[in-house]
Amino acid sequence: MANKTENQKAWLFVLPVVLLVAFNALIPLMTVVNYSVQETFGDNVFFWEGVKWFEQVLNSERFHAALLRQFAFTGTILAIEIPLGIAIALTMPRKGPWVPVCLVLMALPLLIPWNVVGAMWNIFALPETGLLGKVINGMGIDYNFTQQPVAAWLTTVLMDVWHWTSLVVLLAYAGLCAIPDAYYQAAKIDGAGGWAVFRYIQLPKLKRVLTIAVLLRFMDSFMIYTEPFVLTGGGPGNTTTFLSIDLVKVALGQFDLGPAAAMSLIYFLIVLLVCWVFYTLMMRNEEA
Amino acid sequence: MARIGLHNVRHSYVSAPAEDADWALKHMDVEWQDGGAYALLGPSGCGKTTLLNIISGLLTPSQGTVTFDGVNVTATPPDQRNIAQVFQFPVVYDTMTVYDNLAFPLRNRGVKEGSVDARVREIAGMLDLHATLDERAAGLTADGKQKISLGRGLVRSDVNVIMFDEPLTVIDPHLKWVLRSKLKELHQRVGATMIYVTHDQTEALTFADQVVVMHEGAVVQVGTPVDLFERPQHTFVGHFIGSPGMNVLPGQVDGTKVLIGDTAVGKISKDTVFSESSDKIEIGVRPEFVKFASKGVPVQVTKVSDAGRFQIVETRHEDSTIRVLVPEGKPVPSEDAKLAFNSAYTQVYVNGWAVS
Repeated sequence: MANKTENQKAWLFVLPVVLLVAFNALIPLMTVVNYSVQETFGDNVFFWEGVKWFEQVLNSERFHAALLRQFAFTGTILAIEIPLGIAIALTMPRKGPWVPVCLVLMALPLLIPWNVVGAMWNIFALPETGLLGKVINGMGIDYNFTQQPVAAWLTTVLMDVWHWTSLVVLLAYAGLCAIPDAYYQAAKIDGAGGWAVFRYIQLPKLKRVLTIAVLLRFMDSFMIYTEPFVLTGGGPGNTTTFLSIDLVKVALGQFDLGPAAAMSLIYFLIVLLVCWVFYTLMMRNEEA
Repeated sequence: MARIGLHNVRHSYVSAPAEDADWALKHMDVEWQDGGAYALLGPSGCGKTTLLNIISGLLTPSQGTVTFDGVNVTATPPDQRNIAQVFQFPVVYDTMTVYDNLAFPLRNRGVKEGSVDARVREIAGMLDLHATLDERAAGLTADGKQKISLGRGLVRSDVNVIMFDEPLTVIDPHLKWVLRSKLKELHQRVGATMIYVTHDQTEALTFADQVVVMHEGAVVQVGTPVDLFERPQHTFVGHFIGSPGMNVLPGQVDGTKVLIGDTAVGKISKDTVFSESSDKIEIGVRPEFVKFASKGVPVQVTKVSDAGRFQIVETRHEDSTIRVLVPEGKPVPSEDAKLAFNSAYTQVYVNGWAVS
């Protein structure tokens, strides 16, 4: 204990993490801050602009529309994936030889890279050649996600549900497995039915894992880029242009670095704010 | 209220039990009288919880029948048996208030809100929970939560039996005693049959009129606390109950005389027949019933430890240790001594079981 304070070498163990965080988060973020308050014409020539870009982004209808689409998309997939994930987790066996089979099947979609998922669904849903597109059209329903906004939305949502519901399932399943048997036994003795068991035992006990599931799915879907970009490219028109896609268009398509940087920061603050509000609300009663 | 019978009950968690060790419950043939306060005492893993779950219907026994008042309920599910169970760790419905927790079993059975309210308030009064009725159950301390578990059993006026599965495990020591007295008081007031599972002899002996001692999946003795202390029917009961436990030493029987070495320490009735020469004969006597005397079993004093009002004296006779309780302040011989056994409380055990 005597030489505890002299052991400064311990800092060396923290250094790799500090460097990593600095290079992959802090320094890039600072360059974004730098761009967001200045105008540049290249050659490292900068002009001070203050909050002009922020005002411009916040007042732009294009940003409002993308933000609205983003909330609509995230809201839709959360409304589907969370209940569906819980429902699937409830039907999965708790023990026996089928447990590993179910777990592996559930984990499979999570292992596929984003752009591959986008490409898969693109081919799968093409109206002329894709299996899904062909079958739907064969049933007499006019379906073409490359031209119809509704079809494009449905396909994008379906793709996300296919890709990410498993995550909710696995989290909910882990939460269900952690409930001690005594709770189910007590409920049996108290004469509780299936719904009451779900409402008063399983759901309250799942609260923590579901909070994590909602947060993860919120953040991921709110920042979604690759899958819709590969699937629809943001179209038809701008109907599936979510925030990230729009941001890339502004930054790399139009090379408006100032507005793009301001948009990034606003985007980041929205994610942070929503997560914080949600987490605070969910954990408000935990201390009791 | 009901008289509960277990007839030839056996249970195994293995699908095809082959050997003796596969049976969690080897053989059970017990009657629990209506309104009795029973304790189920035994070390961890002796089958207590299995037995409890069979009575409550959470488990269906592999063999045998369970009867309530003579009616076969072996296949009846728990919610139709009208039983209540308090678990080792408090089980409360976290998101409900204390009031809703207590009302839950009644509401599930479609009882009218008016009667629910009256009953919940009555039980809350009994358990001193009335002040916290509107609080969320999750916020209560462990003993409060255990009271809720108990209360959920008591609210049903038709409850046949209330079972406790080591309910004081997570309770602070100073509250254990309070809660135990509360249970005793409730038993007198409610009159329901209560079965209390524990591995703590103090809890068992203070709570129960009748104690059922279990060992390796079988009942070794059913009796009052005094029976268990004075006349243990099995060496296990002798060891398990009492602190320190009973002295058990190898001995011989010569006709009606019970001998340790050359010293006669007691008598048995003539008609006791020992079938096999390989039978293991042991003599059991509690440290309370042994004293130093001028003649008797020769021993050497090896250790004296002070236990407050008593000194526990360890002595050695050949290969076995004999403990003696000597009241505080009484002299203890320093080396060689002789021990006299109180023959009324000296038992002969053949292969572990007492013979008269």
